[in-house]
Amino acid sequence: MSVLAGLGGAAVSAVAPTRTARSGASLLLAPGMAYLGLFFVVPVVALLATSLYVPVPGGDVGQFQPAFEWRNYVEAVATYWPQMVRSFGYALIATVAALLIGYPMAYVIAVRARGRAFLQGLLLVLVIAPFFTSFILRTIAWKQILADESLVVSVMRAVSLLPPDGRLTATSFAVVSGLTYNFLPFMTLPIYASLERLDPRLMEAGADLYANGPTTFWRVTLPLSMPGVVSGTLLTFIPASGDYVNSVLLGNNTTTMIGQVIDSRFFKVSDYPTAAALSVILMVLILGLVSAYVRRAGTEDLL
Amino acid sequence: MDQTAAGSGADLTLAHLVKDFGSFTAVDDLSLVIPSGSFFALLGPSGCGKTTTLRMVAGLERPTSGQILIGGRDVTGTRAHQRPVNTVFQSYALFPHLTVLENVAFGLKRTKAADPLSKAGDALDLVELRHLAERRPTQLSGGQQQRVALARAIVNNPAVLLLDEPLGALDLKLRRQMQVELKRIQTEVGLTFVHVTHDQEEAMTMADTVAVMNEGRIEQMGSPAELYELPRTAFVANFLGQSNLLRGTVLDAGKLTIGVDIGGTRVRVPSPRAVSHSGTVLVGVRPEKLHLVPDDEDVPAGTNVVGPGTIVDVSFTGVSTQYLVEVPGHGTMSVFVQNILGGVGARVGDQVRLAWAIKHTFGLDGADDLAAGAVDLDGEA
Repeated sequence: MSVLAGLGGAAVSAVAPTRTARSGASLLLAPGMAYLGLFFVVPVVALLATSLYVPVPGGDVGQFQPAFEWRNYVEAVATYWPQMVRSFGYALIATVAALLIGYPMAYVIAVRARGRAFLQGLLLVLVIAPFFTSFILRTIAWKQILADESLVVSVMRAVSLLPPDGRLTATSFAVVSGLTYNFLPFMTLPIYASLERLDPRLMEAGADLYANGPTTFWRVTLPLSMPGVVSGTLLTFIPASGDYVNSVLLGNNTTTMIGQVIDSRFFKVSDYPTAAALSVILMVLILGLVSAYVRRAGTEDLL
Repeated sequence: MDQTAAGSGADLTLAHLVKDFGSFTAVDDLSLVIPSGSFFALLGPSGCGKTTTLRMVAGLERPTSGQILIGGRDVTGTRAHQRPVNTVFQSYALFPHLTVLENVAFGLKRTKAADPLSKAGDALDLVELRHLAERRPTQLSGGQQQRVALARAIVNNPAVLLLDEPLGALDLKLRRQMQVELKRIQTEVGLTFVHVTHDQEEAMTMADTVAVMNEGRIEQMGSPAELYELPRTAFVANFLGQSNLLRGTVLDAGKLTIGVDIGGTRVRVPSPRAVSHSGTVLVGVRPEKLHLVPDDEDVPAGTNVVGPGTIVDVSFTGVSTQYLVEVPGHGTMSVFVQNILGGVGARVGDQVRLAWAIKHTFGLDGADDLAAGAVDLDGEA
């Protein structure tokens, strides 16, 4: 206040503190608003506009002109719905797998290791450690892990989980594994945060009221960690459904995901309107799915 | 849950119970029997092992050695959810994701009791909260949450109900109200209540039997009146109410009384009320048993007298007046005088002698620490 008053000199008087506070708040908001305006609002508007463009008659490849061609959407859906469905399918399976792997991890770190700060810190670092390496490099590493000559494949062949000529690379299994692995920390950390806040006396109260371990988990621990589960699944599902790195590196042409299609429409064949229309559809579908999910999860009063 | 042990309460027996945390012994060879249907209080300062004892009974902590028997059945090796015991937790530990009614019905649903919701409703009637059944615990006041926690435990009709400092978080007025309420509910349902508290007034108001705990052991056990009138250790004398303790040497030990020299004055202690009959002893008397006697006035027979001393402080509290009297050779003694005549009788600086009936005197072991168990005025150890 005194700094502002000094800057404003006599013009800023003590009679209008609310106005000063308000202008101070908008001043603080300005960088964020400018950033969002420039890098979010403008691109979205541009995307919407591009999705309705038509090719310039007789023009070169990649030349388009403004129009209102809504049939771009119809065509995009008609052509690429299998990739769209596959993307959501893969994302769903990866999310469920990440939940099944991430929840026990989060539980061990938050509940079992409670009170042992060093162990907790160490385990958390292990969860976050993969982020120190690039996303692409880690996915390429998975290619090695799942390669035909790899230990994983030979063991699986030996125990007849795979036929003798079976392979893992270039399959849906590899793509979903990659997605699961890459987004696992996004699942684990929010659940950890939820469980960390959980009062251990509530679990004791469950045991005191005749609930055995599994029942206490099902009736007390899990419902109270739902905010973490909801944010974890969203943080996994949303990027996983738009991801294309995993399917490019670990899949084949039968595992193409919608992100890959958008990428190739845009950069390879310069079909900007279709790429933009697919992006808009993806965005709208994710928004719809997410809001339906959050409403059904019914965690509003816990969030 | 073993339904045969439940019902109208069961005896709780602790036999040579020990709990070590590393090198620290929280509970040290504790043995006691709490009869069925009684209201039992474990009283002691924080860190005395009372909560650990309670948690072992609940099954939330495993004893290092010793046995816990409920209604004659050894439950030492069983888990918390298998014991016919329910706890009212200090912080209430109500489930925030469930309504009040669902909280109360939680235990009944686990034991597959018939019609859990209507039984839970009845339990809410008992604590007069039926109208809040559909609320969430966070929407209730502290006192209301406390009642819900009580209903959630009582509704299961446990063999033993454990209360861990249940009134600790409430303000003074509400605490008084809940004390009366808890006592009413205990009488109404007839369950065995084991109540852990550091508040001596709370323990005395509600419990039939109080066990005073210190450093993992029971110092003394008995009815509140017994403990108050005849403490057997300096810790009990100071922790349960206030006491004036004077160190002295036994002069003669008779059949009825022993004579003790305290700083040149001879006082008498009834023999059965003295722990030790020889050597160094502590002579004790409660402040309200003392009378202020002007220097020139005679004292009746059968009375111990010390002084004269000087009044150094007078605090008028309405019901009574507390005088602090500096007696040369004995230190500061505290006197409560009931406000029967109206107003304050003596002033700071007055010379008085202190007199009390021999039958109100108690004798303790001279090895006890004079200040053991003395608490701050707010009652927190």
